Amino acid sequence: MTDDRPHLAVIGAGPAGLAATVAAAAHGVRVTLIDSAARAGGQFYRQPAIELNAGRPQALHHQWRAWERLRDALARHVEAGCVTHLTDHHVWLVERQLERQAGGADRNAFTVHALLGPEQQDPVEVRADAVLLATGGYEKVLPFPGWTVPGVLTAGGAQAMLKGTLAVPGRTAVVAGTGPLLLPVATGLAAAGVEVAALVESADPKAFARRSRALAAQPGKVAEGARYAAQLLRHRVKLLTRHTVVQAHGDDRLEAVTVAALDTDGRVRPGTARRIACDTLAVGHGIVPHTDLAETLGCRLDGTDVQVDDEQRTDVPGVWAAGETTGIGGAALSLAEGHIAGRSAAARLNGTEPDPRIWAPAAKSRTKLREFFAALDTVYAPPARWTDLVTDDTVVCRCEEVTGGAIREAVDGLGAGDVRTVKLLTRAGMGWCQGRMCGPAVAGLAGCELTPSRRPFARPVPLGVLARAGEAEADRSAAAPPDALPD
Amino acid sequence: MNSPLDLADAHPGPAFTVTLDGRAIEALPGQTVAAALWTAGVTSWRTTRGAGRPRGIFCGIGVCYDCLVTVNNRPNQRACLVPAHPGDAIRTQEGTGHDD
Repeated sequence: MTDDRPHLAVIGAGPAGLAATVAAAAHGVRVTLIDSAARAGGQFYRQPAIELNAGRPQALHHQWRAWERLRDALARHVEAGCVTHLTDHHVWLVERQLERQAGGADRNAFTVHALLGPEQQDPVEVRADAVLLATGGYEKVLPFPGWTVPGVLTAGGAQAMLKGTLAVPGRTAVVAGTGPLLLPVATGLAAAGVEVAALVESADPKAFARRSRALAAQPGKVAEGARYAAQLLRHRVKLLTRHTVVQAHGDDRLEAVTVAALDTDGRVRPGTARRIACDTLAVGHGIVPHTDLAETLGCRLDGTDVQVDDEQRTDVPGVWAAGETTGIGGAALSLAEGHIAGRSAAARLNGTEPDPRIWAPAAKSRTKLREFFAALDTVYAPPARWTDLVTDDTVVCRCEEVTGGAIREAVDGLGAGDVRTVKLLTRAGMGWCQGRMCGPAVAGLAGCELTPSRRPFARPVPLGVLARAGEAEADRSAAAPPDALPD
Repeated sequence: MNSPLDLADAHPGPAFTVTLDGRAIEALPGQTVAAALWTAGVTSWRTTRGAGRPRGIFCGIGVCYDCLVTVNNRPNQRACLVPAHPGDAIRTQEGTGHDD
């Protein structure tokens, strides 16, 4: 069957990617939705494995109605043949080529390269006329002594395991770090039967309540905060604000954490340390956008965020971006951005200039939510003096086992002033995760801003796959008439 | 006490057996290797290449590669992503996993 509708590849099936897919498919575009998970939802709407046969998955979720609408709309478009949903596809590269058309004009053409299944050995290529990056983000954790002891995990990781596999890491947990994610993680674990001994937040959320303007614009967020507060109370979770975990104890398994109060400069207050017994520490210090695919495409970044215009277009023709890859702002903002991106891509792929009035409500909520999260960002910040906690024998790069002492030696002794030089001198960031876990910590210890790492591929690729990549493209070129050959 | 399975009203099919270093443990259909190991009370299944320290789940979403494990003689599988299958032989991974 031939299909002459323009073809959009959406990468990521979280809130932004789903909203974009649904919006574009409803307006005359064929969409291939490519995602690494077995089921749509991304991190926020991560679904339990189908074989677990969960009758009440909503018990693990917030904003379930929005999810039901997206899920049902996706199913309708898949049924109607407007959307192909590729699950278990791990995208490692998006290539952009310019194809010369018969009339002489150039046309965008993209090849999305993915690896199949959890083993990630077999390659798949998807061709498209445009791509929409909705790659989300991952959690930042700043190091402290003991953070490599089993039982210490990211707050989002604890939530992902709970939502996706209905498994919990232990019996007694401390949830710690900073940011709005800690609330649903603490209440989620408590509802799932884990005793949450404390929620340790380094910021003072009361400072946020004083920012009346950003809050007044978001009454829904105020109610959400109140709901979490009530749930913490109901589960008897002790809330320690302006506190931090200074050490995790245990050898082969976490046994306890030491927490301490912070002064107004972010220093640990002497004499406030106390030990809390626990077998689990769920810790997080914010979210970092996934930008590898955008960087390889040459998209401009603003700090660590992919830069987009009012239509969610990047500065590379044919590439849109939406959701947390363009800046951290939560699921509701991702939905708004995804909707706008999908409508814009659909209009432009069909050769028309979109009228921004068609997405005015989404644009309005985008503006408000961006303001809200900008205000949130000024409150939820890691303790200003977190590097004080990193002792010389604290492992900072978890993959290559590079210590705080080795990094300080590179910075103070050898003059390294950026993450890349530290990496060349110490191997910090050279391991399996390619610096995703230690990057923010190394930047902090080197006294520089966290900048994008410019990784050529978004994940490890088997050499055989790399060697064969593009062969299909070469075959196509060889079969094409001479005037269609690239220069 | 509430369990996550109760909370989500989950009714998976019958449990099956996998082995961890030869010891039989139960896993449920739909569980990843990591979820099965957690449920069996195991939180580490790898030792690092340098200091030989134990590691298990850290990021839980396939980004950090801390949860690497050997499954059916294939080393370096991410336990947080790989589904458990009946009869899987899971082994603690020492270092690169290629030494034995």
